[in-house]
Amino acid sequence: MSTIPDPVAAPSEVLPRRQSRVWRKFRKNKAALLGGILVAFFVIVALLAPIVPIPGPTETDWGAVRKAPSVAHPFGTDEIGRDVLSRMIWGARASLLAGVVSVGIAVCIGVPLGVLSGYLRGWTDASVSRVTEALLAAPFLILAIALAAFLGPSLTNAMIAIGLSAVPIFIRLARGQTMAVMTEDYVESARAIGLTHIALITRYILPNIVPPILVQGTLTIATAIIAEASLSFLGLGQQPPAPSWGSMLNVAKNFLEQAPWMALYPGAAIFLVVLGFNLLGDGLRDALDPRDH
Amino acid sequence: MALKKNLALALAFGLAAGAVQAQDLRIGLQDDADALDPDQGRTFVGRIVFDSLCDKLVDITPNLEIVPQLATGWDWSDDGLTLTMALREGVVFHDGTTFNAEAVAANIDRSQNLPESRRKSELTSITGVEVVDDMTIRFTLRAPDATLMAQLSDRAGMMISPTAAAASGLDFALNPVCSGPYSFVERIQQDRIVLERFAEYWNADAYHFDTVTFLPIPDTTVRLANLRAGDLDMLERLAATDVASVRGDDALETAQATSLGYQAMTINVGNGDRANGPLGQDARVRQALSVAIDRDVINQVVFEGVFAAGNQAYPPTSPWYNAAYPVPKRDVDAARALLAEAGFADGVDITVQVANNPVQQQVMQVVQAMAGEAGIRISIEAKEFATLLADQSAGAYQASQVGWSGRVDPDGNIHQFMTTGGGINDSGYSNAEVDALLNGARVSNDTADRRAAYYAASDILMQDLPIVYLYHPVWIWAMEAGIEGFTAYPDGMIRLAGVTLTE
Amino acid sequence: MLAFIGRRLLIAIPTIILISVFVFTLQKLLPGDPVLVMAGEERDPEVLAYLREQYRLNDPIIVQYFTWIGNALRGDLGISLRTQQPVLELIRQKLPVTIQLATMALIIAIVIGVPAGVLSAYKKGTWIDWVANIVALSGLSVPNFWLGIMMILLISVQLGWLPASGYQPFSDDPLGSIRTMLMPAFVLGTGIAATLMRHTRSAMLSVLSSDYIRTARAKGLAERVVLVKHALRNAMVPIVTVTTLVFGELLAGAVLTEQIFTIPGFGKLVVDAVFNRDYAVVQGIVLCTGVAFIFMNILADVAYRILNPRMRDE
Repeated sequence: MSTIPDPVAAPSEVLPRRQSRVWRKFRKNKAALLGGILVAFFVIVALLAPIVPIPGPTETDWGAVRKAPSVAHPFGTDEIGRDVLSRMIWGARASLLAGVVSVGIAVCIGVPLGVLSGYLRGWTDASVSRVTEALLAAPFLILAIALAAFLGPSLTNAMIAIGLSAVPIFIRLARGQTMAVMTEDYVESARAIGLTHIALITRYILPNIVPPILVQGTLTIATAIIAEASLSFLGLGQQPPAPSWGSMLNVAKNFLEQAPWMALYPGAAIFLVVLGFNLLGDGLRDALDPRDH
Repeated sequence: MALKKNLALALAFGLAAGAVQAQDLRIGLQDDADALDPDQGRTFVGRIVFDSLCDKLVDITPNLEIVPQLATGWDWSDDGLTLTMALREGVVFHDGTTFNAEAVAANIDRSQNLPESRRKSELTSITGVEVVDDMTIRFTLRAPDATLMAQLSDRAGMMISPTAAAASGLDFALNPVCSGPYSFVERIQQDRIVLERFAEYWNADAYHFDTVTFLPIPDTTVRLANLRAGDLDMLERLAATDVASVRGDDALETAQATSLGYQAMTINVGNGDRANGPLGQDARVRQALSVAIDRDVINQVVFEGVFAAGNQAYPPTSPWYNAAYPVPKRDVDAARALLAEAGFADGVDITVQVANNPVQQQVMQVVQAMAGEAGIRISIEAKEFATLLADQSAGAYQASQVGWSGRVDPDGNIHQFMTTGGGINDSGYSNAEVDALLNGARVSNDTADRRAAYYAASDILMQDLPIVYLYHPVWIWAMEAGIEGFTAYPDGMIRLAGVTLTE
Repeated sequence: MLAFIGRRLLIAIPTIILISVFVFTLQKLLPGDPVLVMAGEERDPEVLAYLREQYRLNDPIIVQYFTWIGNALRGDLGISLRTQQPVLELIRQKLPVTIQLATMALIIAIVIGVPAGVLSAYKKGTWIDWVANIVALSGLSVPNFWLGIMMILLISVQLGWLPASGYQPFSDDPLGSIRTMLMPAFVLGTGIAATLMRHTRSAMLSVLSSDYIRTARAKGLAERVVLVKHALRNAMVPIVTVTTLVFGELLAGAVLTEQIFTIPGFGKLVVDAVFNRDYAVVQGIVLCTGVAFIFMNILADVAYRILNPRMRDE
């Protein structure tokens, strides 16, 4: 996972007509639109999983083990005769869930800590910053592997592990943004008229840090999906018989020669959905950037 | 192949292309070996390395008969309490130390008394070691021990240089000195172990490679890719699902032997609270589980029929296998009837822990699907192997999918698992009759008596089923077609005597 | 500047202590018993007890921590429970491997990422920009391990061009060493290339729109000269900073890459150690990488200040 925050837009005062302007810019950005379509496609697929007329993702057929794609099984069958298409569709749920939930965890822990740290400064800031640095110093994946091993291999635990490992990114971002907002004139004057801390944070700081958090969040979903796939690939994520793309790859790597389709589709799906989130995140950043290019 | 690359390099540097090349044999292993000290070693791949590095007192044949190696002959006393061995003359260790009865005595002492030794339980029967003369050693036993010769054919019988052992202590593992056909050169953890031909080896003519390099490559696909690309000459544990493709490749060949070990579901019947479920308390539920499984289907689906279906601690081909209990045919109705009889007509829910590696999970998913049709609803709990082992030993499990690598003597596959308080009796099984039979089989040197005891024990165990056996792995080696003279052994080792490679 | 470095070093101390506490606690919390893994199939209770005593696993956790950190301060990181080798020696064996992998990956990433970023910024808004951006994002989006598997399948198995795995020490055979490392370095480098490309592009964009470049163009300098001599040189500041910072990403990426290509480096060592509960090894490595990471960060800050004089007054 990237521990380097991408260049993010500078904070700005919330403009009245901002929303429509953002949407206009976003719509004009073809790459972002493509990203949005990719993400939407996988979300819809994941939502429709229960009603699509396909075999169940855990239905086995001993007579059809590792059969190449055919009319009955458009994506072929896997190592114990399950329909790969069905497992792909159900696996989309695991991947998307892993991306969204782990980033949710990271945001819920990281943003309040970051805002507090940037707002209060002093000792709070110093201690939060030291912890953040210490966490960032352990390579992300190693941290996630150790956490996932500690919690035990399962999808839920993988999400927690990835979420916790991503917390420092959001602490850093929220802290930096808060500190930047605090120096703005209008915040200074609001402070001068004696607005309470809560009011200051909710009225001025939070609205201003939402756009960069949204951008970083979207981009981190992309990396979190890869991280889930990596953990599953190491056997620490989704556990059988439930499917996830990473665990499908973990099995598929043993059958590269005999059944390349088993590796091809889940890998391609991860690639596409991650690409989608990255394009979407980039598009959001450009659209939310107050500087007009 | 490294040779080809070297050749290309030699040409590039303008050296004579016809120069004699030192021949290196590169062997791909599934794991990295652990400590290279026969007294401390515990991994299977470590044993493979030892087979080229360290000679043992005795060796086995592919049919598991005991044959001379460093001991040229032996003699049991009539009461089975003393074993006298004549030792091979003219053997030296890699450091020049002479091999003699004193060296054997020092080795047995180290195996028994080094605090870190993993061999203690294998040599418990030996109470005295006497140096009769320079080339004769005599062991005195506490009680007759039918398993001793088999133990001496493995790590417990490996002879290391007493000089080196005394000088380096625990660091011996970093620079092992034995008397085998190859001596230690270097080791880079997780990368390679390099051995070179020991010119003074007593049977040096039988060994044809100048160096042997062992390379740990855990991923079976990558291991095979390396063999195909010529970066390996040989590999162990080819995936069963790759056998067909390797056989179809003219440049490669395979060898295989049914292993001495098994894969099974160990059931917690008396190891703490988790034993208190229908599965742990009622043998009929376990019988239902066993009969609900089609072991041939597991073998076909997961291993393309290459492995051997099984239902006992020994493969059906073993002389110790009790043919009165053949591998059961799957019978869903019988399973349901057994469940109903036990009072679970609506089925039972059980949790089975399995190591988080794809192949074992695949096995358990097949079992899960089959048992489900008989009303035994399995939820699979994947754990890392380290956790699985700890939970299993602590009784924190209902059923556990694990295996055993197998031992030459039948005792090694059953005694510690089934006797009350046995070292690896994780299921907590206890039956006085079984204890008496298995203990009796251990102290008898009469094969017929032992067989009768094991058969009688299986009469009970096949009803109680504290372990539900599933299949026996088959060792599969893949190698370049130019390799000649390789013999497959059921212990899965690689013995290089007589093996040659023509490029 | 010296005061700045001094302050940064001082701040690093509590961070390093925190890292050591983190890694130690996490290790101890891991389920599974290292001694059971080490004892072998037979699990002789006598051996188990001895090993627990030997590795002082029965001591209270606080005592264990201070024993460990005390020894670490004296340069002794303990020995691997698995192979008896001193952890420090293991690190010394593995470090050159991962450094070679990381360096090659970084070179590949720079060779691909920087020109792509320059081109994309220069041709901003055209199809070239669009394609370069999509390609860069693809590099970021493709799972490393999948790319690795696919490359092994195609390049080693099908075409037989490069070895599928393994490692040759650079000192033994430089050419062979580079050859074996080429594919893993490429796999590791793709993601980094994408990061570099994106930062180069954004740095170039802001430089290109500056008055300074407009002046250079107005003076009638050749476009190539403007681009390389003036714009790129100025854009180098953020690029260099990012390059020092991708160190962490390289290390993390090396974990999976080394796993796929069985390269005996840091990443593989640490993953295997986690799975085998080889405490001393995990602790030693995470501590070392942590310290290295922190120093790289300080280095990045210092480099940034030297290259960017405006920051000095702050």
